[in-house]
Amino acid sequence: MNQPLMVTAAHKAGTPLAIAIGVVVAVLLVSMALLSLLPESNPLQVSAYTLTLVGKILCYAIVALALDLVWGYAGMLSLGHGLFFALGGYAMGMYLMREASGDGLPAFMTFLSWSELPWYWYGTQHFAWALCLVVLAPGLLALVFGFFAFRSRIKGVYFSIMTQALTFAGMLLFFRNETGFGGNNGFTNFHSILGFSITSPGTRAVLFLLTVALLAASLYLGWRLARSKFGRVLTALRDAENRLMFCGYDPRGYKLFIWVLSAVLCGLAGALYVPQVGIINPSEMSPTNSIEAAVWVALGGRGSLVGPLLGAGVVNGMKSWFTVAFPEYWLFFLGALFIVVTLYLPKGVIGLLKKRGDA
Amino acid sequence: MVFFRLLLPFFTLLPLLAHASDAGEFTAADAAGQAKLLETWAAQPSDQRLPLLQALQDGRVGYDDSKHPYIETDGNMVAADADTPATGEVRKLRLNNRLRGLVINALAAQQMLSTDTAVRLAAAQQLQRSALPGQIPALEQQFQGEPASAVKAALALALANLQLTDPAPQVRLHAVRLLGETGDPSAQARLESVLAADAETDASVRTAAQTSLVQVKRKLMVGDLLGQAFSGLSLGSILLLAALGLAITFGLLGVINMAHGEMLMLGAYATYVVQVGFQRLAPEALAWYPLVALPVAFFVTAAIGMALERTIIRHLYGRPLETLLATWGISLMLIQAVRLIFGAQNVEVANPAWLSGGLQVLPNLVLPWNRVVIIGFALFVVVLTWLLLNKTRLGLNVRAVTQNRNMAACCGVPTGRIDMLAFGLGSGIAGLGGVALSQIGNVGPELGQSYIIDSFLVVVLGGVGQLAGSVSAAAGLGIANKILEPQIGAVLGKILILALIILFIQKRPQGLFALKGRVID
Repeated sequence: MNQPLMVTAAHKAGTPLAIAIGVVVAVLLVSMALLSLLPESNPLQVSAYTLTLVGKILCYAIVALALDLVWGYAGMLSLGHGLFFALGGYAMGMYLMREASGDGLPAFMTFLSWSELPWYWYGTQHFAWALCLVVLAPGLLALVFGFFAFRSRIKGVYFSIMTQALTFAGMLLFFRNETGFGGNNGFTNFHSILGFSITSPGTRAVLFLLTVALLAASLYLGWRLARSKFGRVLTALRDAENRLMFCGYDPRGYKLFIWVLSAVLCGLAGALYVPQVGIINPSEMSPTNSIEAAVWVALGGRGSLVGPLLGAGVVNGMKSWFTVAFPEYWLFFLGALFIVVTLYLPKGVIGLLKKRGDA
Repeated sequence: MVFFRLLLPFFTLLPLLAHASDAGEFTAADAAGQAKLLETWAAQPSDQRLPLLQALQDGRVGYDDSKHPYIETDGNMVAADADTPATGEVRKLRLNNRLRGLVINALAAQQMLSTDTAVRLAAAQQLQRSALPGQIPALEQQFQGEPASAVKAALALALANLQLTDPAPQVRLHAVRLLGETGDPSAQARLESVLAADAETDASVRTAAQTSLVQVKRKLMVGDLLGQAFSGLSLGSILLLAALGLAITFGLLGVINMAHGEMLMLGAYATYVVQVGFQRLAPEALAWYPLVALPVAFFVTAAIGMALERTIIRHLYGRPLETLLATWGISLMLIQAVRLIFGAQNVEVANPAWLSGGLQVLPNLVLPWNRVVIIGFALFVVVLTWLLLNKTRLGLNVRAVTQNRNMAACCGVPTGRIDMLAFGLGSGIAGLGGVALSQIGNVGPELGQSYIIDSFLVVVLGGVGQLAGSVSAAAGLGIANKILEPQIGAVLGKILILALIILFIQKRPQGLFALKGRVID
């Protein structure tokens, strides 16, 4: 059975090269944030648009990494990670809305002529509680869903379908005005975060750097996990769950842990995404978004840690370019990407590179 | 015989004479007299006055200088009384608003004698608004003899309207009791207005009104429940059409075909194309286009399905998750292709006349024909699929491969061919579902997307490769959806159902009807 690529990589001589590339990319990203602080007249200045775009893609990269942890390592294809991402985003959005509206109600509630905040908005004016919610909302949902799903040993395509139905149900719920999350329009028009203007270059740069830091941290976490015994058990789970059970392991705890961890990572990514992009609405939960995340991972290479990041970057970069240049053909391209990757690149781009390296 | 033949013209003339004299009376009378006549006619309905009243309503009645009546037929003023010569110019009879209202009322009273239920129903509804106290005896008599329940309910309301304002409590009491016997939604409103504070002083009438209200509410509830069950069955039959093909391919190949919803969509677009073709080439046979669309949709989607199986899905066997992603890619491309060809807007697929309208079962329960037909059609497709799977050689092979692919291959079943044919069959059934969907909803590029998750849930709930499972799961999900919808809203209902399915799978991971086997990987 395949070892996780990073495990293999750790044993091989390729490590210094991988580390070198990582350091270069990290330096590039950090300097990007710093360059965005330069005045606009400076030719080296990075525009706010570019910074936001890259920051957005970095958030997606975290989602891809989180999805890879459950799919690439534990073999459970989730088609509902958009839900966790959006939940984290909404939790952060609640804080930002409160911050924007001061002591009054958020604007959309005034439109609905509500007189007081629903109970679940309680305490969201405190940044610390919003951060807790960012972790708790996706974490608890994943815990409950995962507990029941893994208990009855739902796996394979069944699991995928159930997660897809879950995010679909979430989307329907958040589309309702009565749910208390702004309905169709979601949250937007944020002003400030912790008192700093959300559009100022300084805040943008800090948020960007935080995203880079979170990405680096999750990469490190994934790397440690993959190297540990835990990671090996997960891989065994993916390849032969029944044999693992016959060896005396109970897969449920392993699955549940990695599932919840992945959901929380998504939630954190969502929380960083919202202040950078400036809007969160229920369409983030649409099944289409979640399944698109699967193609990032598949394109980059499942079961490797760098692959999903690469996939998220390539696909989203292409999307930004395509939807401007040939908007009608983007879906053809994306569809073809799904087919080509599954037919010809079962191990993704990373697998291709590795094969070339071996030859 | 000869005698009868001689008499025949005389008999046929009799009714003519009768209404001819009515017409003469009417044109001769002044406005007050005309009103009186109309009131009398309304109270004593007779078939023979129908043409005259119809003519009055259409403004086709004229008169000459000696006030002889004329009725305009095909643009010519024809003397209504045959033997009277025209004297002077024929002028049109003009009616004032009050008289016009009386004419409408009198016409409705005559129409109550019609043998056509729809005409009687419309007439009874007209009488609810316009009937006069003098008509009570005639209405009572018609109410007793009325065979159709909808008309009876409408008549009861018309009667009750007249009697509720009667000064005698006895009459009001009767009216209130009568209302209790109907199941009409407006009877409820009437009774509630009787019960409103200070509206009714007589205690016995009030109590009777209360009992009647309870009665009406019970009847309305029966209608509501039946309506919910029907729309549940209707949704279930659509889910079944969507899920049936999916259950076959999933059971056989173990792969989820995310492009299955797009087969529905292509089936609906095939219907659209057939409809346009009929409009251009054979507009006189347009009413029957859905029947032609069925085989067209089946073969188009089956061919596309087989092509997809041959070119893409075949190479992904044993990798179900990858198949899921690849078929999702296919579905994106199909959606975009349809969008480029037909435009992103919905296209218009019209119901033919025989599919529009509905069947009135109870006053508050109308069963639309298109939904009735679709339920029947879904059953027909299920029976056909059952026959195909259980009574043909292809079906035998499909079942063999579903149960044990390797063993079937060893016994000489051409598994590759069977895979392709079964995939074509599953896609074709989805195409048929698309034809059905085009008759009840919008046809747009995203049509399939809204059904795909629900139909997967049907497959998950029903178990794999089992027709009985799919049928009961589809009907159950459809009815549960429609019963929950009015109680807690469509969205919360969906979420609740999802939660219930997850809990249900705890109990029976293999679905409702599990295939028994000892295979473990």
